[in-house]
Amino acid sequence: MKIVVAVKQVPERDAPVRVSADGRSVDSGDTAWTMNEPDAYALEEALQLKERGEGEVIVLSAGPERVESTLREALAKGADRALHIVTPEEGPASLAARDILGVAQLLADAIRSESPDLVLTGLQSDDLGAGQTGVVLAELLGLPHATLVLSVETAASGDAKRIRVKRELEDGWFQHIEMPLPALLTIQSGGNRLRYATLMGIKRARSKETRNIESPPAAERHDEIVRVSLPQRTRQTEILTGPANEIAAKLAERLRAEVGL
Amino acid sequence: MSETSGVLVIMEQAGAGWHRISSEALAAGKRLANELHTSCSAAVLGTAESLAPLTAELANASLSSVYAVEHPLLARYTADGFVAALQQLFSEVQPSHIVFPHTYQVRDYAPALATRLGQVLLSDVTALHVSDGIPAFTRQWMGGKLNADYRHRGSGPCLLSVQAGSFRADASTSASTPCEIKHLAPQLDASQIRTSPGEPFREAARTVDLGSAQVIVSVGRGIGEQENLKLVEDLARALGAELAASRPICDAGWLPMERQVGSSGQTVAPKVYVAIGISGAIQHLVGMKGARTVVAINKDPDAPIFEVADVAAVGDLFEILPALTRALRP
Ligand SMILES: Cc1cc2nc3c(=O)[nH]c(=O)nc-3n(C[C@H](O)[C@H](O)[C@H](O)COP(=O)(O)OP(=O)(O)OC[C@H]3O[C@@H](n4cnc5c(N)ncnc54)[C@H](O)[C@@H]3O)c2cc1C
Ligand SMILES: Nc1ncnc2c1ncn2[C@@H]1O[C@H](COP(=O)(O)O)[C@@H](O)[C@H]1O
Repeated sequence: MKIVVAVKQVPERDAPVRVSADGRSVDSGDTAWTMNEPDAYALEEALQLKERGEGEVIVLSAGPERVESTLREALAKGADRALHIVTPEEGPASLAARDILGVAQLLADAIRSESPDLVLTGLQSDDLGAGQTGVVLAELLGLPHATLVLSVETAASGDAKRIRVKRELEDGWFQHIEMPLPALLTIQSGGNRLRYATLMGIKRARSKETRNIESPPAAERHDEIVRVSLPQRTRQTEILTGPANEIAAKLAERLRAEVGL
Repeated sequence: MSETSGVLVIMEQAGAGWHRISSEALAAGKRLANELHTSCSAAVLGTAESLAPLTAELANASLSSVYAVEHPLLARYTADGFVAALQQLFSEVQPSHIVFPHTYQVRDYAPALATRLGQVLLSDVTALHVSDGIPAFTRQWMGGKLNADYRHRGSGPCLLSVQAGSFRADASTSASTPCEIKHLAPQLDASQIRTSPGEPFREAARTVDLGSAQVIVSVGRGIGEQENLKLVEDLARALGAELAASRPICDAGWLPMERQVGSSGQTVAPKVYVAIGISGAIQHLVGMKGARTVVAINKDPDAPIFEVADVAAVGDLFEILPALTRALRP
């Protein structure tokens, strides 16, 4: 099975966030970057599928030069090769100049050239949180899809041209869905356990191929970001700061009263 | 270009009634229509039998029209069926704005529908404001650390989905005369539907009912390592509290999934909820917003959890927890 996994590089979770001077974007000057979390689960699912049968895992990312580190991490974990759609960090051809459809179009063009059996994306990106790129891609590629997928199996009939997936529903419910290949799945976190890159894997990654793909200019966006701001606090909050034992003493007092100890 | 017909809200059926966010989407749609001085209509998809009581109820909800989109192939949700049916509804109704509830189902089909219309969906909207007749929609970035205001551009309908708990479902304003219920039977063929969905199921029976717990100590990724969970267990014991967690803790297998709080876990409403090393992503907040008192411990003063906290302890949990547990012991 040939599998393409779309991975996005996003700011580290604990990275401090600042609004840019223009008030319409994020200042990512000294941000540390990492692989989007659900994408790591998508990669893991792809690697496990490959290990169960035969096939190839290709990782795909659109972004500036820095995304190479994320692609290399994926190669070190076991992906076979990488596709990097290179976009400038800023300006009219950057990722930020494109809407969801624009980014999905970049990814779709690269995926078409590979004709994979399966395309995996993460469910949602940690930074923009759109939760849409996978489903938009499926539509652009004309593929059936399922979202919030936790695991992928072969179809009950044993037909190699079909898959059965387990997907999450709300409030602790699940569902199986069957569909023909090729297909696209968006992967939810928690369906499997993530592996770490081994030293051997890191060494091997050096000889694996990364193909750079030039990105066309951005099409006109269908939306516009007019303002980015820090959220306002809505509740009356008692804020405790200072030395830990003082905070603990105040907390203990408050909790005793609230809990009725 | 043909005349557009205002705001259209796509309601979601769940069981014999509504998905709970549907009424919030309706409230958002009505407010948007009101501020844009246009009309608000609503639609629901399913089979004729299942829709009858729902559309009868909607007809009394002060709307300009109610659409029943009926077909036997809509008995069970599929993305292919819903996208095809809604595309036909929109070409008939020509709405200027289309409002969805941000449910798992909407996540599954609305982006494809937007793409088919050559549009982009503004997903997971938490607020809207209209100035000079132009609406702006707020979305969260970075797990709630930032708000970004978006505007729709260009021609064609503006599609948005609204987040749970962001718009208050209005007290049922009952219209004096019910509005018209329009029936639409979309052209659908079984061959268009590529996926075969199975029945929803639950894993094992739940052995802990966090829903009735009075005091909950909940732990997030800030705890760092599985071994550190002991710190939280000690505090829970001192408080006589149930232990709960955010999703990453359960994803990693450190605590069983039945202890997860949030949109894909349990919904809780204790007297006291102590959130430790939890950032406060919306999917977590929707599960614990009903708590009477929220106490949060986090080293990041800008952590979104503090926006819903009554007591915000800003500091390192590894220093605060041992001292707190000690102080609580008799
Ligand atoms: C469809 C969907 C469904 C989801 N369902 C759920 C759900 O049901 N429940 C759920 O919880 N999540 C759910 N999520 C995930 C959610 O979006 C967040 O990713 C998750 O809640 C983050 O968990 P966290 O706060 O523990 O981790 P993080 O966001 O990583 O936050 C860790 C926090 O710990 C703090 N911290 C770190 N070190 C320390 C220290 N030493 N002392 C004090 N504080 C420290 C950090 O400042 C940070 O705020 C869902 C996501 C999606 C897309
Ligand atoms: N620039 C990108 N490069 C590769 N994959 C991406 C990119 N942007 C989004 N994706 C994929 O789409 C998923 C959903 O992203 P989003 O729609 O932004 O929430 C991510 O988890 C990735 O798998």
